[in-house]
Amino acid sequence: MDNIGQKVLEVNNLTVTINGNTLLEHIFLEIYEGETLMLFGENGSGKTSLLMTIMGLGPYKIETGSIFFKGKEVTHLPPSERAKMGIGIMFQRPPTIRGLKVREILELIGHNSTDPEELAESLNFGSFLDRDLNLGFSGGEIKRAELLQLLAQKPDLALLDEPESGVDLVSISLVGEAIRKLLEKDVHHRRRKKAGLIISHSGHILDYVEADRGCVLVNKTIWCMGNPHEIIQGIRKQGYKGCLTCQK
Amino acid sequence: MSDLSEIEERAKKAKEKPAKYGSDIDLEKFTTEAPNYPQQDLGNIDLVDEERLLNAGVDITGKERSGSFIQVDGSVLHAVQTQDGIEVMSTRDALETYPWLQEYLWKIVPVDSDKYTASAELAFQNGYFIRALPGAKSKFPVQACLYLKENKISQNVHNIVIAEEGSELHIVTGCATDSPELRALHIGISEFYIKKNAKITFTMIHNWAENIAVRPRSATRIEEGGVFLNNYVCLHPVESLQLYPTAYMAGRGAVSRFNSIVVGYPGCEMDIGSKGVLSAPEARCEMITRAISTGGKTITRGLLVGEVPDIKAHLECRGLILEGDGEILSIPELDGKVAGVDMSHEAAVGKIAQEEVEYLMARGLTEDEAVATIVRGFMHVDITGLPPVLKEQIDHAIELSEKSLL
Ligand SMILES: Nc1ncnc2c1ncn2[C@@H]1O[C@H](COP(=O)(O)OP(=O)(O)O)[C@@H](O)[C@H]1O
Ligand SMILES: [Mg+2]
Repeated sequence: MDNIGQKVLEVNNLTVTINGNTLLEHIFLEIYEGETLMLFGENGSGKTSLLMTIMGLGPYKIETGSIFFKGKEVTHLPPSERAKMGIGIMFQRPPTIRGLKVREILELIGHNSTDPEELAESLNFGSFLDRDLNLGFSGGEIKRAELLQLLAQKPDLALLDEPESGVDLVSISLVGEAIRKLLEKDVHHRRRKKAGLIISHSGHILDYVEADRGCVLVNKTIWCMGNPHEIIQGIRKQGYKGCLTCQK
Repeated sequence: MSDLSEIEERAKKAKEKPAKYGSDIDLEKFTTEAPNYPQQDLGNIDLVDEERLLNAGVDITGKERSGSFIQVDGSVLHAVQTQDGIEVMSTRDALETYPWLQEYLWKIVPVDSDKYTASAELAFQNGYFIRALPGAKSKFPVQACLYLKENKISQNVHNIVIAEEGSELHIVTGCATDSPELRALHIGISEFYIKKNAKITFTMIHNWAENIAVRPRSATRIEEGGVFLNNYVCLHPVESLQLYPTAYMAGRGAVSRFNSIVVGYPGCEMDIGSKGVLSAPEARCEMITRAISTGGKTITRGLLVGEVPDIKAHLECRGLILEGDGEILSIPELDGKVAGVDMSHEAAVGKIAQEEVEYLMARGLTEDEAVATIVRGFMHVDITGLPPVLKEQIDHAIELSEKSLL
């Protein structure tokens, strides 16, 4: 394989439960510097749960396994520590925070070193800077607000949860552009540092953002690591259950 | 029988009448006797704690103010107007200067409402009179300070505020005590008259102490095209506080907006309400309350009465309980008396959502920073139409309380 970068993320034999029900079982994942990995899977298969667990969020309980980021174990670190180390997440359904303006959260994240106005302009979001975070935002507006925060944070590994879902056609190209910027897609791949893990149900995001590899979450675990285009085409033809048979 | 003696008679009859809301305070435990302080110039006032006043929005240098009024216990230390067309006097002086002012006394706050209104009449201890002449617009806010100094004092003031036709008046009232240990009672009657197309913004910042009981009684009458913006901030402990200001939107298109931000502490009893009576077409009323509890009991009330068609009113109350044993009781009421009214309310009481804390932590904030950010956001109410200096005062008060809250 062409990739010469360092390993950014390593998930080892992760098993996760919630209220005693197993959601994820024996998950193994590796992501390298500069690399983008697509994670496909049907609704309810546990994609969000996996991302949240990598970020240290939610009520999920890690039964076995470990998570390493840039060679350091983060399995039980609080999310703020992981964020400071360089992991960022785009929520699928972020909460509303009343009274907290988009401008303020951008300043908090960027430690006043990023200019919210400038950042927001790039996503055509300037008029939202003085709105309460996520209050009354449409699907596309939520995604843009999430991406703005990530652009201010500049994480080395971006976890993106269904960036294209609920986004209209006009916004989706804006969203795609922001993700490309976040993941340094315009930098030559040998010099590219930023890594991404993108969840997609439909695979449409591939029309806007190149990915290096893809995999599928079925039956609580990861299947079929390979070319993301081939994988999504297989899924479109045979559905997610096809992955199970093809593996055998 | 003349008006005056009739008022006195009614007050006497109501001497023992308990208030509808709030615990009953034994007035016998307080006195109206206090030293008589001479008048003082701003910048030369040594009777008050400057910082406590500043935290209540009163700047004794008088900078960026269109007038100042300072009363300590029963003594008016200072009453000065600094802008043409904006009058600032003690109520006593104003009643002497303007005989017609009798007409405004006890007109919208009934003197026999309860024992507190009665005692404000029977043991009257001055107060402020602020008036904007027709068309006058205050460049800066007028500040009024009511200050408690003497132990066991009952400060009974009666304030009258008038915005004549087409005028605009901004007022900030700061209330504070001399020492945190002081035991005292403050009874404040305020009657606001907003004439045709006039506007009053009234920002009241309470900075009391743990042994103070407070019973404001106020009402506002708003005529055609008039606007009343009432902001109330109480972020410090107070033993017992009950208020229920009423706005009468009496003229076509009259508007009133109440914003209240309050924090309840262990051992404190707060009963914060407001009432809006919409009795003219196109009248609007909005009430927004944010209550935080770290203990004690906080009641937030709101009553909107729609008396004619084509009025619009909304009430929103959000409560946030930070500690386990705090209580917030939210009582929103809508009273639509005819068809064609548009009235709604929204109330929510809860604790800080873990999901929100984690969301901010995922952005790199520590848990404490995340909680502080959520609390700050919660207390932030978008207030429009307020001069920047008053907005800063409110933000400053919130900032100060954040530090003590978390
Ligand atoms: N907080 C939770 N409490 C209970 N069940 C949950 C919770 N979060 C997720 N689940 C369940 O876990 C499963 C996987 O959900 P999720 O990770 O959101 O899937 P996906 O993102 O692939 O659609 C679903 O059955 C969902 O109902
Ligand atoms: Mg999901």
